[in-house]
Amino acid sequence: MSTAAQTDTAHAAGTNYLNATKGLKSWIFTLDHKRIGIMYLISILLFFLVGGLLALGVRAHLFSPEGATGMSNDTYNQAFTLHGAIMTFLFIVPSIPASIGNFFLPLMLGAKDVAFPKLNLASYHLYFLGALFFIATIVFTGLDTGWTFYAPFSTDRAMNGVILATSGAFILGFSSILTGVNFIVTIHKLRAPGLTWRRLPLFVWSLYATSIIYVLATPVVGITLLLLIIERAFGVGIFDPALGGDPVLFQHFFWFYSHPVVYVMILPAFGVISELVTIHSRKHIFGYNAIAVSSIAIAFIGFLVWGHHMFVSGQSGLSAAVFSFLTFLVAVPTAIKVFSWVATMYKGSIVYNTPMLYTFSFLFLFSIGGLTGLFLGALATDVHLHDTYFVVAHFHYVMMGSVFIGFLGAIHHWWPKMTGRMYNETLGRIACGLVFVGFNVTFFTQFVLGTQGMPRRYATYHEVGDIEPQLLEMFTLLHQISTIGSFIMAAGLFLILFYLLASVFKGDKAPDNPWGGLSLEWATASPPIEHNFEGQPVVRRGPYEFPEIDPMIK
Amino acid sequence: MSTAHAHGGHHHPFHAHHFETLPQQEASARMGMWLFLGQELLFFSAVFVAFFVFQYMYPEGFLEAHRTLSIPLGTLNTLVLLTSSLTMALAVRNAQLGDNKGVVKQLGFTIALATVFMIVKYFEYSGKIEKGQLPGQWYTYEGLPEGASIFFTMYFVMTGLHGLHIVIGIGVLAWILIRATKNQFSAEYYAPVENVGLYWHLVDLIWIFLFPFLYLIE
Repeated sequence: MSTAAQTDTAHAAGTNYLNATKGLKSWIFTLDHKRIGIMYLISILLFFLVGGLLALGVRAHLFSPEGATGMSNDTYNQAFTLHGAIMTFLFIVPSIPASIGNFFLPLMLGAKDVAFPKLNLASYHLYFLGALFFIATIVFTGLDTGWTFYAPFSTDRAMNGVILATSGAFILGFSSILTGVNFIVTIHKLRAPGLTWRRLPLFVWSLYATSIIYVLATPVVGITLLLLIIERAFGVGIFDPALGGDPVLFQHFFWFYSHPVVYVMILPAFGVISELVTIHSRKHIFGYNAIAVSSIAIAFIGFLVWGHHMFVSGQSGLSAAVFSFLTFLVAVPTAIKVFSWVATMYKGSIVYNTPMLYTFSFLFLFSIGGLTGLFLGALATDVHLHDTYFVVAHFHYVMMGSVFIGFLGAIHHWWPKMTGRMYNETLGRIACGLVFVGFNVTFFTQFVLGTQGMPRRYATYHEVGDIEPQLLEMFTLLHQISTIGSFIMAAGLFLILFYLLASVFKGDKAPDNPWGGLSLEWATASPPIEHNFEGQPVVRRGPYEFPEIDPMIK
Repeated sequence: MSTAHAHGGHHHPFHAHHFETLPQQEASARMGMWLFLGQELLFFSAVFVAFFVFQYMYPEGFLEAHRTLSIPLGTLNTLVLLTSSLTMALAVRNAQLGDNKGVVKQLGFTIALATVFMIVKYFEYSGKIEKGQLPGQWYTYEGLPEGASIFFTMYFVMTGLHGLHIVIGIGVLAWILIRATKNQFSAEYYAPVENVGLYWHLVDLIWIFLFPFLYLIE
């Protein structure tokens, strides 16, 4: 075929995937998984910026009890809804797998591309189309349901954006499913000779577990959103109690997807940390099999715990107790991972560079996020903490403090490979510190707010019940600290944006293997050539058998 | 096949460069399709669950409403779909033997049977629309217990989604048929026919569950 000719010319000196072909069209219609990964990365970060600015708006508004920015309650409802919906559907669900995963999965497997390159491009185009629906929602109507679209509010009283936004989420779901199918087949069928299952980098294992959830959970939210669209457009009565329907059914369906999808978000971050902790500690990973299998275990148990979102929705006491028990079960494989990472660092020669600092941040923040999850999984405490800022703080510790920090770690770790440039290490460490401090100041205060009874999603809090003056004073102070923290974090994030962009133009040229990694992505050029490798790589050992420590561990 | 030689080398014209061998590519395509079918099952599972939940909530409404469905028409459609699965399987067999003419013929039968299915569905639907046996707020039929309107909601949602899959199926069947007229399939390359076949059998299988739950079981 015609590509055969291109293969030969691409090997000329100095060509890589970035400069092999030129022009906008060569990107929009590329079948190269690396370019698709980069396009995902840019799009995802763009929506992170939009969602982040909305969050800053929300935080600024809460600076005073009556609302500091002067936005109306309706506007506030839209701001937090769009923040949640954009961050969930457009940022965090695709985040690591679609960008970093797309770029590095075939490289780590020693393959030329994913199994279905056209499907991969279709996934990106679907992502783009879904994103357009969300943009249309913002521009033309509005959305005030919260990102969960709970019926019956979403079926009649809510603003008109419901159909647009849910259609967007439906399309984004297809994008996820196709990515999942693609990754699973790629991992099964395109491994390099010698790359056995137990020699796979742990990031690949985490992508495998993630893809299973993509394929098996996403269709359920697909049909749920479709039913919601039908309900809203035609009034067929499935979720509308006035017509004999059942709104709690919506919650069951919604969380049957949306809880497993929490693990879609966190599992790739686990995979990233497994890579980072071992490479930057120069140490063989502790408990390879346990980490790999625990990813699959989390994916499996993750399907059985959705009811813990509904402890106060009127489900039976028995099922609440069963869901609570199963929720605690998730802590077992998760703790296995955390202990393995810590054990990996033990007696390692740890390098305190930016990716490793993100690893430390992750371990610290994820531990808090994970442990506070137990408070919410326990029935008695959940009834008290439900719908308070405690929940908000918990899921931000897990979603942002863990997934996003892992994502930042991944970007810094693989930036030299993706761009062929080194970023400014000093600025990297400063920014990591700013984000870490800002994050904790923002969200740790919210744990306190929540236990004191501050409900989530309130635009103003000067009239929460018959609030006592000293409690109002405390709420105000904590909200102000939280808001200041969010701006510290934003400063750190903009600093990252600045030095990463600067490195593209002025950064030092990156060596092929700046960290001394042993997985296959480090065996090719930085940035990689168009077809990834000169010839077919062959694997002869595991990904973490660093030569200098081999005698010590054996 | 002749185009393969025009490009030189031993590559089959449909062998993509990132696969080592054509059998590896075929196996990947097959595996991708099975995964896709897995997600289809979960897609439909939710409407089945909803059906059972509402049946539990409104046992009488569902019983009486289900008795208004026409078992003869449902049986006819079941026979039509089962036969179409047979012709589909024969099309795959012909592709494996490299008999592209046979593929065209069998796919022609399959598309014709799928069309018959949709025509029967059209008559069933229009009967219900006339009587007002419609979902939710559109329900105007009288004489059935509470919950009958939800039964018709589920009836239209489930058969509607299934019908949509039939229509999409007719589209991909036509695509494969056109490719077969160009003699593109052979003993070494027939995964597209097989994959469309797998999809078609799944659509058939879903009907095998829809038919008893909606029409037969009291």
